[in-house]
Amino acid sequence: MIRLERVTKIYPGSAFPAVDSVSLEVAEGQICMLIGSSGCGKTTIMRMINRLTSITSGTIHIGDQNVMDMDPIQLRRQIGYVIQQIGLFPHMTVYDNIATVPKLLWWDKKRIAERVDELLDLVNLDPDTYRFRYPRELSGGQAQRVGVARAMAADPPVMLMDEPFGAIDPINREVLQEEFLRIQARLRKTIVFVTHDIDEAIKMGDKIALLDAGRLIQFGSPEELLTKPKNQFVKDFVGADRTLKRLNLLRVKHAMLRNPVHCLEEDPSEKVAEKMIEQDMSYLLVTDRQGRLKGYVNLYDLRGHKGTVGDVVRPLSLTVKPDTNLKDALSKMLSYDLGIVVAVDDAGRLQGFLNTRTLFSVVGESYDERGGHWGRITADGRIL
Amino acid sequence: MHSAQSDRSGRFWVLVAVVFAFAAGAFAEHQGFLSFAMEHPRDIFRLLGQHLQLVLTSSAIAIAVGVPLGTLLTRGFMRRYRDWILNLLGICQTVPSLAVIAIAMVYMGIGKQTAIFALVIYSLLPIIRNTVAGLASIDPVVLDAGRGMGMTPWQVLLRVEYPNALYIILTGIRTSTVINVGTAALSFLVGGGGLGDLIFTGIAMVDPAYMLAGAVPTAALAIALNWVFGQLEKRIISPGLVYEHHTTAA
Ligand SMILES: Nc1ncnc2c1ncn2[C@@H]1O[C@H](COP(=O)(O)OP(=O)(O)OP(=O)(O)O)[C@@H](O)[C@H]1O
Ligand SMILES: [Mg+2]
Repeated sequence: MIRLERVTKIYPGSAFPAVDSVSLEVAEGQICMLIGSSGCGKTTIMRMINRLTSITSGTIHIGDQNVMDMDPIQLRRQIGYVIQQIGLFPHMTVYDNIATVPKLLWWDKKRIAERVDELLDLVNLDPDTYRFRYPRELSGGQAQRVGVARAMAADPPVMLMDEPFGAIDPINREVLQEEFLRIQARLRKTIVFVTHDIDEAIKMGDKIALLDAGRLIQFGSPEELLTKPKNQFVKDFVGADRTLKRLNLLRVKHAMLRNPVHCLEEDPSEKVAEKMIEQDMSYLLVTDRQGRLKGYVNLYDLRGHKGTVGDVVRPLSLTVKPDTNLKDALSKMLSYDLGIVVAVDDAGRLQGFLNTRTLFSVVGESYDERGGHWGRITADGRIL
Repeated sequence: MHSAQSDRSGRFWVLVAVVFAFAAGAFAEHQGFLSFAMEHPRDIFRLLGQHLQLVLTSSAIAIAVGVPLGTLLTRGFMRRYRDWILNLLGICQTVPSLAVIAIAMVYMGIGKQTAIFALVIYSLLPIIRNTVAGLASIDPVVLDAGRGMGMTPWQVLLRVEYPNALYIILTGIRTSTVINVGTAALSFLVGGGGLGDLIFTGIAMVDPAYMLAGAVPTAALAIALNWVFGQLEKRIISPGLVYEHHTTAA
């Protein structure tokens, strides 16, 4: 746990505090994202935690220890620090860079070698290719990943990460974010993570601290920031598309209609068609006896068809997993014209059904902008 | 920068040596140097040994004093006095080497110690200055990373600062030592021995053979030491600090 209480930093010779009475708490095993425009004090906060910068007033605790009572050297060895400018040692190979803290802690050679390879794998760099390269032989993004590996080397319980993915392209960044969250779920480190990217903050953070000019403007879960922005500044910061951003936080399983209506592939077409007409449906999902999704049929194909539904079933590629986030699901939905996606489990069994209406109901649920629903709109043209 | 430069300076030195050897050979033969050297190899080697000892001792002391002193000038409160002290040392360096030796003799009398003392004083500045410059040239972010990972100030110095400043520091040591070979010839004047013995006696007796017997080994020693330092640089400076574009630019 990291706890800041009314922490203030005034740099010598500066009239304004760089950090102004900031209080926040990061629970054990959680990620706290610091976000805010350039110069708002994010790096300063980090550097006060590991005492690279002195604290003007206020206190910082790690666990139940005041950092000012700890030996700064010991303190820093327990904290993995990814610095904003990467700062790899130019005279050392990637291997030696990553091995820095383990060497300071006198690990034996074999253990260090294993750890380095493990970490290189973790940050998606092939150990055999990169182990003995020098920093000047790395791209910015590769260097940044080595920086992350170096900070993690001795498995510190606390990590301070100052824009660790800033120089990495969107695709690799996404991969690293996913990987990072996966590792974090297992290792449960306490992390302070600086970012400029609100989407990254929403995706990665258990808590988000939004700063402006040294002051903490809002501190809360991503959900809170999106649904209850405290003021116009927060609204502007999270963006006009904050509803869409919420989709990142929600999973298909939160929104899907469970046990949707469907038929089996051996059902007779005629009977199914009758039912569909009765219930005013034009499409229907089809599964096998084990509940595995086979596709869908439309009423047009069934009409007058003698035989079973299986003969006319159409494949359906619009499937997602219950754990897919709603943003990806929506994106999939929008890229086809059926206006639906279907959730299946790993074995392909039908789990649920998602259309714009179910999406709406869950996103609209706690999101309260006046105006609400329009109710039913038909395509009948002029109403009178 | 330095790989290209040492390449070029290497070629330069070879050229100098070849030209020098031809000219010197012709000249030496004419002046009777070769026959002199054949007749007195023992004396020449003894004096060369003395000379080398003077150079190595004084340079070693200058390194042992200069590098820590230069380092100190980049630490904490000393940083404020850094430019002031460097300027002062710069002014001292403008005092001719002969005068330094003379002044040392006034206080220390005649003998090897006096010679070594004067040589140390004279070798110090390039070493101090390059140590300061080398340490100051390191990207502060790199030092920050070291401290941020929990290195003690000593660990930062030994594991990060020196290795990164090594090229510039070594250049200072090399310059200083090579100059020192020439300056050490003057130590004969205060009874320090060395190849200056032959040179100055030769001058006094107007005997070119004598003079050359001192001058040629002195020059050879300077070239040899320069080469040794070049090799040393290649071996101990991290390849991580060699920049690709500098080699291709050559
Ligand atoms: N060593 C320093 N001395 C004086 N002022 C400083 C120092 N370091 C930072 N500042 C000032 O403190 C403020 C906060 O800086 P800080 O580096 O914490 O910003 P940041 O939020 O990390 O910005 P960025 O997103 O650009 O990295 C800035 O106004 C900066 O100019
Ligand atoms: Mg910063």
